[in-house]
Amino acid sequence: MSYSPEERRFRDQARSWLADNVPARPLPSGDTREGFAAHVEWERRLFDAGWSVVSWPRAYGGREASLWEWLIFEEEYHRAGAPARVTQNGIFLLAPTLFEFGTPDQQDRYLPAMAAAEQLWCQGWSEPGAGSDLAAITSRAVRDEAAGGWRLSGQKTWTTRGAFCTHLFGLFRTDQEQSRHRGLTYFLVPLDAQGVTVNGFTRLDGDEGFADVFLDEVFVPDEDVLGGVGNGWRVAMATTGSERGLSLRSPGRFLATAERLVALSVERTGAVTEDVAQAWMDAQAYQLMTLSQVTGLADGGELGAASSLSKLCWSELDVRLHESAAGLLGAEAEVAGPWSKGLLFALGGRIYAGTNEIQRNIVAERLLGLPRR
Amino acid sequence: MRFALSAEQAQFRDLVRDLLAAECPAQVVRAGWAGEPAAVGRVWTMLAELGVTGLLVAAQDGGLALDEVYLVPVLTEVGYAGLPGPLVETVTGAALGAALPAGALDAVLAGTGRIAVDEDDDGLVAHGVGATVLLRGGWAGGTPVRVVSTVDLEPVAAVDRTRALARYRSDGTPVDLPVAVFWQRGVLGTSAALTGLARRLLDLTVDYVTQREQFGVPIGSFQAVKHQLAELALAIELASPAVLRAAHSLATGDPAAATHVSMAKVLAGQAAARAATTSIQCHGAMGYTEESDVHLFAKRALALAGAWGPTGWHRRAVAADLTPGKES
Ligand SMILES: Cc1cc2nc3c(=O)[nH]c(=O)nc-3n(C[C@H](O)[C@H](O)[C@H](O)COP(=O)(O)OP(=O)(O)OC[C@H]3O[C@@H](n4cnc5c(N)ncnc54)[C@H](O)[C@@H]3O)c2cc1C
Repeated sequence: MSYSPEERRFRDQARSWLADNVPARPLPSGDTREGFAAHVEWERRLFDAGWSVVSWPRAYGGREASLWEWLIFEEEYHRAGAPARVTQNGIFLLAPTLFEFGTPDQQDRYLPAMAAAEQLWCQGWSEPGAGSDLAAITSRAVRDEAAGGWRLSGQKTWTTRGAFCTHLFGLFRTDQEQSRHRGLTYFLVPLDAQGVTVNGFTRLDGDEGFADVFLDEVFVPDEDVLGGVGNGWRVAMATTGSERGLSLRSPGRFLATAERLVALSVERTGAVTEDVAQAWMDAQAYQLMTLSQVTGLADGGELGAASSLSKLCWSELDVRLHESAAGLLGAEAEVAGPWSKGLLFALGGRIYAGTNEIQRNIVAERLLGLPRR
Repeated sequence: MRFALSAEQAQFRDLVRDLLAAECPAQVVRAGWAGEPAAVGRVWTMLAELGVTGLLVAAQDGGLALDEVYLVPVLTEVGYAGLPGPLVETVTGAALGAALPAGALDAVLAGTGRIAVDEDDDGLVAHGVGATVLLRGGWAGGTPVRVVSTVDLEPVAAVDRTRALARYRSDGTPVDLPVAVFWQRGVLGTSAALTGLARRLLDLTVDYVTQREQFGVPIGSFQAVKHQLAELALAIELASPAVLRAAHSLATGDPAAATHVSMAKVLAGQAAARAATTSIQCHGAMGYTEESDVHLFAKRALALAGAWGPTGWHRRAVAADLTPGKES
């Protein structure tokens, strides 16, 4: 259990680049229009230096980093207090799907532009009537044979940064005869297409980070169907693991928060409190569980439903870390700032990427083998 | 980077696992309750033949001279099986080697010797009844470990009857032994046993809620039951790597080993305590009987969660280690 010389060199390289380049003052929130622009500028700097998609092939702007190096990069990134990744839904959620199911043409058209933060992607899964029950999707795609494509109509909602993004990936019902998981198709949709209306709205944390996306007979050509017509559910589910675990919320983020919490405790009380020590241990434990999962992956295993354990772990951990900070801040906890905002955001973590109640169902049924109802 | 057992470590664990699965079913734990030392002693002898009791003992003293990374998976299996007796203390104490009283080490290596440890030096010791050697002290690695030569034992009723609790008065002259990592090994070994116990309780409960029906369906199909067990599974999945990391830190002399060992005890103790209460709740009244096997493992889990420093003590130790300028 130790890092190899190459892995250590990789860490040093990442650390020194970040030390030289991370903006001294935090950028305005990436979930506001001005803040988003500043974040996109940062993303382009990351890309130019080869740090935006470290694990990708070189041809698409990556460094072909191993899973270990990816975790190291994340640790260093968050340790340095670098800006939140506004490209995350593209590079962490869509890209794995493109690598697995995309045609060479789709990979060439989308991956480099995504890595360079020229195309900015949002996730169009949820609808007003389809949240946890994603298979209840009613947005539809109707065949336009003459034009060689599909006409998409319906409403997507709670779309993160939808009002600032250029593209949406989403699930639409292509076969109206079929219900639930069948008859769905995964589409790649430019948001400047005719018939798209995007309305941003305010989230719990006060930023305009959510959007409603309305589609009215929006044309999407056949070459922007990802993974085949009618395969949408399978294609979408194949990469839910990315969202629940490793790629979207790797341990580095929470280790960094835990270190800040330790510093806050010392600053406020002159010592590390028991509550803070517990939160720090919980963050360490998430990292250790991840290291053992990644060893399993590196040995050729699959993560499967264990990604639900990760999702439960990081989301509850994030709440605990921020509640612990609130305890130290006392009456000051209500002042708008990174800790109070972090707490509100952490409450979202229990909801997005599949609510924690749904994750507990998955752990119980798929890992423990308890009977479904 | 790699964070997993080596092939040899996994192989050794599997030997122990197979032996315990065959030779230490719940009836043997019950035999321990009924005060039938022979049934339990047989398993101890077989483990000793594999080298478990001398796992940390130097080769020239007849041991396997292996390290904590081998030890942790083995003691996790011993916890899972619920084997009665002070195996953690015996393996830990045996590593003191030639410093032990004459004949003690041989008995331990043969599987007949038992080392009991009063780590907090309060005159109450688990497995005092039947101990070959009684050690006292070593708390937090800060006090000397002493061999108590002549003792006056008085059995004390314990919740888990296999714990063979006793109060003692020592008349003899204590002999100081080198402490070194004695304390940390005791804490680590107990943590390993706790994660094994937690997993056993989870498995027993998953089996039960899959079979037991109410309202015409298995109770395990109710979300209120599922979610409790999912939380327990997560606690175990988080504690186990933490215990293994602590073993690695001890084996490699990592300067943060003490912090890692305390962290292991906190997480393992929490997982096991959760396992004890959750499994009783999910078994309903059956969980409130001595007829069900649950109580055998739940009571052990609660006892060990308090041994070698309870959760709060170790959490405070971690807090102190994290406080700048207060590192030990
Ligand atoms: C910060 C944030 C960002 C998001 N970003 C996006 C995005 O970019 N794109 C996108 O498509 N969506 C996004 N979402 C939406 C998210 O995917 C949904 O909120 C989520 O799937 C839950 O659906 P819902 O909100 O309709 O809640 P509901 O499904 O109505 O659930 C409400 C409550 O009921 C519980 N519940 C529901 N079903 C069950 C069940 N079977 N068993 C037990 N309990 C149940 C839930 O756990 C929850 O506590 C985001 C959400 C948040 C909070």
